Amino acid sequence: MSAVLELTDVQQVYGTGDAAVHALRGINLAVEQGDYVAIMGPSGSGKSTLMNLLGCLDVASSGIYELAGHDVAALSERELARVRNEEIGFIFQSFNLVNRMTALGNVELPLVYGGVRKRERRERALEALKSVGLEARANHEPQELSGGQQQRVAIARALVTNPTLLLADEPTGNLDSTSTEEILSIFDELSSQGRTIVIITHEDDVAARAKRTIHVRDGLIA
Amino acid sequence: MKLPDILLSALRGVTGNKLRSVLTLLGVLIGVAAVILLLAVGNGSAQQVNNAISSLGTNTLTVRGTFTNDQVEALQRAELGHVDGVVPQVSTNLTVASPSSSEDSVSVVGTTEGYFTSGTTAVASGDAFTAADVTTAAKVAVIGQTLASSLFPTGSALGQSISIDGSAYTVVGILESQDSTGFNDANSVVIAPLTRVQRSFTGFGGITTLTVEATDADAVSAAEAEIEIVLNQLQGTTTETEDFSITNQSSLLETQAESADRFTVLLGVVAAISLLVGGIGVTNVMLVTVTERTREIGIRKALGATRGAILGQFLAEAAILTLAGGVLGVVAALIGAQYEIYGTQPVVLDYSIPLALGVSVAIGVFFGVYPAARAANMRPIQALRSI
Repeated sequence: MSAVLELTDVQQVYGTGDAAVHALRGINLAVEQGDYVAIMGPSGSGKSTLMNLLGCLDVASSGIYELAGHDVAALSERELARVRNEEIGFIFQSFNLVNRMTALGNVELPLVYGGVRKRERRERALEALKSVGLEARANHEPQELSGGQQQRVAIARALVTNPTLLLADEPTGNLDSTSTEEILSIFDELSSQGRTIVIITHEDDVAARAKRTIHVRDGLIA
Repeated sequence: MKLPDILLSALRGVTGNKLRSVLTLLGVLIGVAAVILLLAVGNGSAQQVNNAISSLGTNTLTVRGTFTNDQVEALQRAELGHVDGVVPQVSTNLTVASPSSSEDSVSVVGTTEGYFTSGTTAVASGDAFTAADVTTAAKVAVIGQTLASSLFPTGSALGQSISIDGSAYTVVGILESQDSTGFNDANSVVIAPLTRVQRSFTGFGGITTLTVEATDADAVSAAEAEIEIVLNQLQGTTTETEDFSITNQSSLLETQAESADRFTVLLGVVAAISLLVGGIGVTNVMLVTVTERTREIGIRKALGATRGAILGQFLAEAAILTLAGGVLGVVAALIGAQYEIYGTQPVVLDYSIPLALGVSVAIGVFFGVYPAARAANMRPIQALRSI
């Protein structure tokens, strides 16, 4: 199996001099195609920093991050936007849907930025909503949906571009146990379909569903 | 991201906070409407002055002073090179009455038949009086339209008899309607033979006004010089001691036209300032919008929005706001221009509409660039962290 992503001695430092904070102190990590990895760690351990780097939302201070064979550090702003659009599907703790936009509109959004034509956009977005069981709610706006439903819309949005990597940051952190179970079973199914998933969590029962768990402590993989 | 998608998301942004959008739009609307309307008012008043100039005739001079009949006749006989004719006038205010009604203090002008041909005072119906009427001091009169309708509200005044200060005159003609340039109603006037008015009301020698017709508009200055020399000779005065004044009405009005133009520029500047303030309002709102929607910008960036897509969206929002405000401002100005403002009928300048619209959109885009660039340059992680 080929590596979807590979981190080599990645460090992240915020600030300079005495005020410098070493969020990551040298991470080595490889995630293969079809893997389902849970990253765990206490708050302040650097797991969110790691997540942001993996999602190309931030750029590492040093080290090499290769995503789908590309060195991310060498990419231009425009290429980074394309990578975020095509290679990565984000799922956030707080859902991060755009308000005043229907569920369908939200799911279409990555395709809009990808330059996909309107008709194809609509078909693919509806299909993605169907895969999370929300096709009946396509024309509802986020504030009309429950937390679990909003997170399912967010998953549909992450899936719609058919990305190489699904990145989930505490996806069940704001959900009740029923909704958590719903979301986790969707992840299970996606994993069984061969999707590569990286999930950040501090809940053991969430991590237990993954194929393997990585613990981060003080900016290093324990 | 394609243009229709950019416009659609911008439109969604604009309608997202309706009250704020409406207020911003109102600022631009007022600015654009003020530019167009104030320029139109300035232009309208300039046009009024220009109309007055052409109705006066550009080749006439007015001489005011006190002249005797002999002096006027001498002037007429002098055969000056640049003078076509000299029309003497006496005037007084008298009570004019018809059998049914009466008007106080009507301007009664005594003059010669040349009065009707030299200036622009033409007879609309009936006839002017003739040289023979002047010679015989006939009791005939040509009256203005306002006076005709107030004295004879039911029928035509032509051929009717009117009483001027008690003596009877026959109305032989009615003047064309005139633009009033001063405080007096130019249409409430009686024109009668000079000899008649002098004999009955003013006495001889009391000629107060001479209308001098130059051979053409370019000869007005030369005619003015000639008249001055001859009148000084006749009255035994010099240029220092002369007690008459010659006014060249067209040059007077040209000065007025110039000041009207200056007035237009001044109004335009005031309006442009209000447009600028409207533009700054757009910037302010866009800055607030960007701050407020930082998180949304972060989400969009995380989903693959490029810098250009974000820039385009916020610029499009600014452009939509200003363009909508501008179009409504043009509509408001065009409606406003239908009404008379302080006695001036605004005349919309053709170039002011595209100018005001163009400037408002340019201001929106110009002032929108800074907030939009700020939004576009945010790092996604920064943007996502904000609440």
